[in-house]
Amino acid sequence: MGQELSAIACGVAAGTLARYLMLRRDFRQYPSYPHAVATHLALGFVAATMGAVAVPAIVAKEYTAVTFLALAATQFREVRRMEREMLQALEHSELVARGKDFIEGIARTFEARNYLAIMISLVTSGTAFFFGIAAGLGAGAVALALCKALMRGKLVKDIALVRPAEFNFRGPNVFVEDIQIMNLGLPEVREVYTKRARALILEPHNDAAREILANVGQRQAIAHDAAALLGVYREVDTAEFTPLLRRNPDTGRVGMLIVPIEPDVKCLVTAVENVPVLESAAVNPLASRAGRCAAD
Amino acid sequence: MEISVTKLILAAVTTCKETVSGVPVFYARNQDEQEWITKTLSRVLEAVAHDLGNGTYILVRH
Repeated sequence: MGQELSAIACGVAAGTLARYLMLRRDFRQYPSYPHAVATHLALGFVAATMGAVAVPAIVAKEYTAVTFLALAATQFREVRRMEREMLQALEHSELVARGKDFIEGIARTFEARNYLAIMISLVTSGTAFFFGIAAGLGAGAVALALCKALMRGKLVKDIALVRPAEFNFRGPNVFVEDIQIMNLGLPEVREVYTKRARALILEPHNDAAREILANVGQRQAIAHDAAALLGVYREVDTAEFTPLLRRNPDTGRVGMLIVPIEPDVKCLVTAVENVPVLESAAVNPLASRAGRCAAD
Repeated sequence: MEISVTKLILAAVTTCKETVSGVPVFYARNQDEQEWITKTLSRVLEAVAHDLGNGTYILVRH
């Protein structure tokens, strides 16, 4: 009995700790502190408990207890729905929207991290049950490190070269190098752009990267993160200062034009380089014969 | 579920009466007045002003 309890305690502790370490509250300040963090820690604890009891339950031939794991799937799908709905509701308050793809990516990550907490607690409690507490904690640490390494997604800098660029006006139309961004009617607005705007070019490394940057949701995520980090020179009634990314279909290159509060272009490049590549935008045409053939 | 209309021409501001129809049209007597009306409408309607290059601005909600 003591062995079972200590194995379960190890699993619960490791799973909850893992969930805490996976709550990355960086510049996005999301989940918000303290209440959303408390909610996710509580759910992480529930997930960890489910995972921790699985091995001792199987050993005790309590097979019905394991079916509770199936309940977890339903429970955590709710987490995904909750996050999605909340972020969508808050979208109207953002000067530069996240976009549906980014929201779906965040919601999916929150759901998946609960499953990871289940797996880590299961590995920890299983190992602790058969080989002792020290071995269990060691296995938990390895599982957490593996999760962190394997679940790390790509960033924009992994798929494209981001560099500062020049922009120019041809009549009312503004271009970043050869890429047309938009038509700005008012001379006053064009003046603000001339004084304060910054432009970037994103050059995809290959055909797969080109398709990722073609995704509208991915481009919206880049605009959102850049605006969140450097500020954006717009108010609710000045829609023309919304940052935009447009691509040249001939080359796949993407031009970005933003009017930031902070004009440091190096910081802008860094901000864009560190935007995550969204799961929903990721495609790899080079993995197919047709895609490789077309890329020649 | 909220439904919203985007990519909608909300109004046109012109100095050249015969070029526009089908949307609310504001006539301006000269270019200065045209820019002033366009700016005011774009702020009020939260729309972006685009220059068609034929003496007409349109205000579009994106």
